[in-house]
Amino acid sequence: MSTKSLKFSQEHEWVKAEGVTAYIGISDFAQHSLGDIVFVDLPKAGAKISAGKVFAAVESVKAVSDIFAPVSGKIIEVNEALNDAPELINEDPYENWIVMVEMEEPSELAALMDSEAYDEFCKEGE
Amino acid sequence: MAGKRTPLFEEHQAMGAKMVDFGGWDMPVQYTSIIEEHLATREKAGLFDVSHMGEILVKGRGSREALNRLVTNNLAALEPGKIIYTLLPNDRGGVVDDLLIYMLGEEEFFLVVNASNTDKDYAWLVRQLEVLAVAEPALAQVRAENASADYAQIAIQGPAAQEILQKLSVYDLNQIKFFRFAQTEVLNQPVILSRTGYTGEDGFEIYCGRSAAVSLWRELLASGKEEGLLPVGLGARDTLRFEAALPLYGHELSEEITPIEAGLKHFVKMDKCDYPGKEIIKDQMENGPRRILAGIELVERGIPREGYVIAKDGQPVGDVASGTHSPTFKKGLATAFVPPSLAAIDTELDVIIRDKPVKAKVVQLPFYRKKTKQN
Repeated sequence: MSTKSLKFSQEHEWVKAEGVTAYIGISDFAQHSLGDIVFVDLPKAGAKISAGKVFAAVESVKAVSDIFAPVSGKIIEVNEALNDAPELINEDPYENWIVMVEMEEPSELAALMDSEAYDEFCKEGE
Repeated sequence: MAGKRTPLFEEHQAMGAKMVDFGGWDMPVQYTSIIEEHLATREKAGLFDVSHMGEILVKGRGSREALNRLVTNNLAALEPGKIIYTLLPNDRGGVVDDLLIYMLGEEEFFLVVNASNTDKDYAWLVRQLEVLAVAEPALAQVRAENASADYAQIAIQGPAAQEILQKLSVYDLNQIKFFRFAQTEVLNQPVILSRTGYTGEDGFEIYCGRSAAVSLWRELLASGKEEGLLPVGLGARDTLRFEAALPLYGHELSEEITPIEAGLKHFVKMDKCDYPGKEIIKDQMENGPRRILAGIELVERGIPREGYVIAKDGQPVGDVASGTHSPTFKKGLATAFVPPSLAAIDTELDVIIRDKPVKAKVVQLPFYRKKTKQN
């Protein structure tokens, strides 16, 4: 999947917006740094998330990584498939979103990076 | 800041390993995947660069007697060609380090210690030997020498380890039983070859000169190709040793944890000469320690990590020493220090993960046990 239509946060989450609906996952850079993902601590549908706040955790064998909400909103659906197959995020981080939310403030998207800026951001961090 | 490098640093980089700082050393944490490397070692074989480990030689007349006054295990029956695992206790009954002692000769012992403790151990040994020399002139000839810079160490572990190593060794490896070693040659280079390891599998640890390490590493990888040998980083080394309940200094062992608390009383002997902390350890042996290491298995989803609180009925009762997702059992497992009254198998406990109690129970250690070659 092309990452051209995605927006990225500095904490390595991605957002794919379709109207007020947004899918949220972690980037290829993030899954690669984590290594084998063995557990995703998923939030519950119906919960509120706010931009910049932790809403989930992704764990590899070696480490646990908090997942920050890139936008605010209400969780409509969580990707339950990750309960039994967390490694799906390693296999394709952009197909395997973590939550789908109804955004409260779609204008928050403007604060995120496009894929080109994000690639630059990852390179600088290395 | 650049760390210390083993002679295999460039090999790791060329293979695309992810490097991390480990006790001041730049070491490979993984080449491809911790899970893949872990399972390869359990099912086939894994190759480990453990050149960061420290080697200390103790030599001179009275070496056995002097060392026996510094360690918890009994060296009286040790013979050349044999190895013993022991703890180096401090005056409080805590542990300066855990180590292997190889008896090279009547007056020569080869101590293998943890990388990050090497300087501390060496200083401790030198100081203790000075004290002994004053108290007992018969032990005044004993000297310690930090030989770490002279040695590289490569471990080959797993069910196919012997077959792979035998191709490069003229020495018949069947002659080397568990916790024994031979001083022989591999690829025309002098080596110490021991049937020991830190994975819970059968296998060997090979000590060679630094300049011999690269060719040995490459030849072993080539030799093990058809058997499925993979290079293994520190990530899987940790999950492998953890499943086998082999202690890791800084987790299950420290200056503040006694061998009895760590569940290592098998390596503590009382019917021998005095050693630091002996009375405190003896008291714990007879009257029971205040806390003891237990195996913990999560009943619900989650992964316990070092430092997480263990609770019983909402009250904190201990904390996690080591915890991870076990690649072999595919569940969250931990070792934790808890009161002995809560250490019985099947005791229900909670692990507090991100402020939420997650159900767990006490299970038998080790989590994983495999038969190694006995005498």
